[in-house]
Amino acid sequence: VTSDNCVWVYAVADDIDPAGLIGIGGAAVRRVAEAGLAAVVSSVPSGQFGEAALRRNLEDMSWLEQTARAHHAVIEAVAKERTAVPMRLATVYTSDDGVAEMLRDRAADLRQALAKITARGEWGVKIYLAKDQAPDRQPEKAQDEKPGAAYLKRRKAELNARQDARQQALTSAEAIYHELSRLADAARTYPPQSPEIAGSPTSMVLNAAYLVPDDRADDFAAAVTGLAAKHPSVQLSLTGPWPPYSFVSQGNHDESGT
Amino acid sequence: MTNPALKQERVALVDLLDRVLAGGVVITGDVTLSIADVDLVTISLRALVSSVSSLLERPQ
Repeated sequence: VTSDNCVWVYAVADDIDPAGLIGIGGAAVRRVAEAGLAAVVSSVPSGQFGEAALRRNLEDMSWLEQTARAHHAVIEAVAKERTAVPMRLATVYTSDDGVAEMLRDRAADLRQALAKITARGEWGVKIYLAKDQAPDRQPEKAQDEKPGAAYLKRRKAELNARQDARQQALTSAEAIYHELSRLADAARTYPPQSPEIAGSPTSMVLNAAYLVPDDRADDFAAAVTGLAAKHPSVQLSLTGPWPPYSFVSQGNHDESGT
Repeated sequence: MTNPALKQERVALVDLLDRVLAGGVVITGDVTLSIADVDLVTISLRALVSSVSSLLERPQ
């Protein structure tokens, strides 16, 4: 590693040989071993990944997408071989020595995280309002009413129906969240994605992640299907298995509430 | 571990960003010393929102 390079960390495992994997910017992936742990890393140019550059580049959507996908691809490849703790995006050191020092300092935490995720996968469940449930029957013309009054009455009924549908969806989402939590070791929520960003036709009411033992993954998927049938006010989407990104950070989120 | 019927070809970028920015072990590298967690999420959300709005504004 020369001084014009920084070191990007993808994941930490107890032991792994990542040789042959290609990382960010096409760089060869390698390992830094210390304290009985192995960090999966690659060299990245300081010009793009130094602090000031990083801050700027993180605001560039295409840069962010490429980098996030490359980070994820290495973590997925590593996870096929060994249980590995994924690092948050943009964990960057100036040298391999810095990475080794981190492994020494954080060895206990990292081992604890490895134990927690061994033989487990992360599943995402997003819950949306069911397709627009606006009443499709034509409201009957009220002959004895003025047109303006009829319009207002109809409009009010529509708004009420929409509010009811949303309330019903929230109630269902909460029930589903708790039901699925029973099959999982841990659960957490992310803020719902806005429809514009998520590209979904209806509002998302819940964006949850679950840590599920591998031998219960099929039961979990079956439960999602069953709950979808039981709750017509919402639509469910299941993603995964993910590397357990959502269950390795310590103490900075709530793993129980909705 | 994998249920092939549920495995997607390419993960949605929003789902991925939720995870790689707000999840993952938080170990502050020596380079990113002053980029706090919240910063990272805020920065990327701004990038996401601005790219979406530029998509929406793109004339047909």
